[in-house]
Amino acid sequence: MSNIAPSLAPATEPARFDVAPERRTPFSAFLRRARRHGGLLIGAGVLLIIVIAAVSAPLIAPHDPYAQNLAQRLIPPIWHPKGSWEHILGTDKLGRDYLSRLLYGAQISLLIGLLTVTISGVIGTVLGICAGYFGGRVDAVLSYVITTRLALPVVLVALASAALVGGSLEGVIIVLGLLLWDRFAVVTRSATQQIVRTDYVAAAQAIGCSTPRILFMEILPNILNALIVVATLEVAHAILLEAALSFLGLGVQPPLPSWGLMISEGKQYMFFSPWVIGVPATALIFLVLAINLVGDGLRDVTAPENRT
Amino acid sequence: MALLEVQDLVIDIPTASGLLHAVSEVSFSVDRGETLAIVGESGSGKSLTSLAIMDLLPRVAKRRAATLTFDGTDLLSMREPEMRKLRGSRMAMIFQEPMTSLNPAYTIGNQLMEALRCHEDVGAEKARARAVELLERVGIAGAERRLLQYPHQLSGGLRQRVMIAMALMCKPDLIIADEPTTALDVTIQAQILRLLHDLKKEFGMAMILVTHDLGVVARVADKVAVMYAGAIVERGPARAVFKAPSHPYTRGLLNCIPVPGRTAPGTPLGAIRGQLPNLIGRLEGCAFRDRCDFAAPECSGPMRYVPVDAGHDVRCIRAEARKAVA
Amino acid sequence: MLHYTLQRLVVAISVAITVSIVAFFLLHLSGDIAISIAGPEATPAQVEAIRQQFGLDRPLVVQYLEWLWKAVRFDFGDSFYFRSSVVSLIASRIPVTLTLGAISLCLSLLIAVPLGVLAAVYNGTIIDRLALSFSVIGQAIPTFCLGLGLIILFSVTLRWLPVSGASTWKHYILPSIALGWYAVPAVMRLSRNGMLEVLSADYIRTARAKGLSPGVVIFKHALRNAIIPVVALAAVQFGFMLGGSIVIEAVFSMHGLGYLAWEAIARNDFPVVQAVVLILATIYVGLTFLADILNAFLDPRIRLA
Repeated sequence: MSNIAPSLAPATEPARFDVAPERRTPFSAFLRRARRHGGLLIGAGVLLIIVIAAVSAPLIAPHDPYAQNLAQRLIPPIWHPKGSWEHILGTDKLGRDYLSRLLYGAQISLLIGLLTVTISGVIGTVLGICAGYFGGRVDAVLSYVITTRLALPVVLVALASAALVGGSLEGVIIVLGLLLWDRFAVVTRSATQQIVRTDYVAAAQAIGCSTPRILFMEILPNILNALIVVATLEVAHAILLEAALSFLGLGVQPPLPSWGLMISEGKQYMFFSPWVIGVPATALIFLVLAINLVGDGLRDVTAPENRT
Repeated sequence: MALLEVQDLVIDIPTASGLLHAVSEVSFSVDRGETLAIVGESGSGKSLTSLAIMDLLPRVAKRRAATLTFDGTDLLSMREPEMRKLRGSRMAMIFQEPMTSLNPAYTIGNQLMEALRCHEDVGAEKARARAVELLERVGIAGAERRLLQYPHQLSGGLRQRVMIAMALMCKPDLIIADEPTTALDVTIQAQILRLLHDLKKEFGMAMILVTHDLGVVARVADKVAVMYAGAIVERGPARAVFKAPSHPYTRGLLNCIPVPGRTAPGTPLGAIRGQLPNLIGRLEGCAFRDRCDFAAPECSGPMRYVPVDAGHDVRCIRAEARKAVA
Repeated sequence: MLHYTLQRLVVAISVAITVSIVAFFLLHLSGDIAISIAGPEATPAQVEAIRQQFGLDRPLVVQYLEWLWKAVRFDFGDSFYFRSSVVSLIASRIPVTLTLGAISLCLSLLIAVPLGVLAAVYNGTIIDRLALSFSVIGQAIPTFCLGLGLIILFSVTLRWLPVSGASTWKHYILPSIALGWYAVPAVMRLSRNGMLEVLSADYIRTARAKGLSPGVVIFKHALRNAIIPVVALAAVQFGFMLGGSIVIEAVFSMHGLGYLAWEAIARNDFPVVQAVVLILATIYVGLTFLADILNAFLDPRIRLA
């Protein structure tokens, strides 16, 4: 190819094609994507309002949620022609202020959601990481445990156990915590399996890091995103289950203002006063919807490549 | 008149950071019985070009052209139902990945016969006979038995032969082979290539062979179009392009191939430094200039094709300069 | 295929046995059954008498083995409360639950699969977004709230359908909607994602390159492959529905297996609770086993392996 001499001058300017994308830290990229995600924003907004309302319930609740007033039973909410400003959301069959009960009920739902997921998250994550990291026989055994857990009819077992434990708030939390770890285990197991194959885990093994160190310093931080998403969605799951248990009369016991219990207590009046179940049901739906939107949004934003 | 006529084909893909010009102003033509090889590295737009002819581009990709005719009919204004009648019957396609290009849920026979029966009103028996005939022709022993097998029971080489047979079911006028041998073992590659070449002659088809392998081109192509960064940088009769490669990129590619007897042991093979430029945003000038040893300030100016020889032209200002000297 | 079937069968049976162990011990360890039976006012002597009467003083392992040995011969003992054998109770209640579950499953599949396919085919369009929003909202509505809402709307306000019971086909309409609703989001998302994945597969491009019509491409080439994971999920969801029917049966006062379990739990009727848990778990295990086999049958790569 020597017939063409390099007669022309060498390149004097680099080609201008496109500006390279500016450098971003993972967190600012996360914020940027989060700000564009409508569902996440709406969910987070609603959730924030509910959390603030629950935390400040003692300050903003107009009445004592347990104070009965049989003279003022089943007062309809404010939008009803017979409603009154005294009880904005009306009163229940014992004359207790519905808004106040709703606010304190939010505390119960959030408490149950968070504590349950703390218990189930620890169980599920430990099982999942061990199954994914050690593989082989450990994985076979733990997968079997997960399969067995999935075969248990959750609602039924939770009901029976909660009834035996005595239908207290703590009882419900412990029972649900011990039952709802399956999704944590499944997700961490497959996430760990993917990470174990990466070079940095091999490198950590090669320089002689201890197994617990690899599990908690190398693997756990890298599955944290997936864990947060599962935890969020499981909070919603736990809240729904608690509501169902309380609705069936075997979860949280009266006079605690659990939303499920409020619906259950209102059931006999729903033909003439549908709002008695409508108000707590709407609150429940909004809370669960908000949490699910946040969970789905976090999944989209933290791992846009494997959105499902 | 040429069987396939492509003029100023443009494919744009909108992305988050701007319009990606995947293919820009590509023109070529293919005559009946002729083999055109489109050569380029991955990302050069050669596969998109072939998909654009079949109108099988991904939904996000937008296709434009001055002319796109097949056997005298305009493909640009053609509606999807008419286009469907052409696809598979008059123009057929063979894909790169034989392992995943067959549906795992259906037998080979089912998929072969379907190709014929969706275009021609023939009975199952006739379609079956045609499938057996073609499987035998593409060198698959025990064709009758193979018809009842599923794709996962066949090796990659066999699956690619099945894909070829499937493309031939309706005796197409044009066959587009998109890297048909890339995913196969080296020994199988040569067999498949020879088979395609023989079949093309036997059936009197035109063929577009999309490849990154110049060695493949040298053996079968009548015409060559070398693509770089979405544009054809050099095109012409295969013989002429190999004899007098005029674009620095083409020469770079040829330098990468060891030639037995000519490349002495120990001498380094050629390599092209750098990588494909980003194709997002407005492009001007020669896309190859920041990888080119001979780049000049003029290279960022407007580009045009300069004839080197009869039917052989090149998109490089140096060729123009050389021509002026000569 | 035979080897595969046997392998799955062994797993299924061992899971069923493990579940029976878990169910048994869970109930026995959650509280003192003798005290629960005797009631809060019972004296220690009375509790002790009950403990002996029901054999609760023996080691748990012995109690379990005896229970299991009887259970495999369909003898679950007698109900404490209903004064009849557990088996006859269950036999009289299970048709309601199975009917409810089957209708709910069909209903949810009929809604979820086409919706998922539509969302995938029109990926990114308004149809897709509507389907996704529907699934997100659907997931947030508790089944019992939906059930109560349906009663208020269709039974109380419009007076079209009965409020409670299970005597005619009309009684099954609202409960089936409420129960089937629960499975729609999961099935819809799986069909959508499966379809999206399949639609971008190379063999779909091949099918289009053959000149096949969109209908053939979507239904013959794509759906056939996308539906395989949905089959497994449908089996799992059916199991969940049977378990979840307890809530719906309570809302609509349908005397099925779930209602029986609810009554039994509220009255500390342990033989019934244990039997229902075991039966539901066994049905679930059986369903997943069937789904595995059906999967293998649908996927020639497993069937012919």
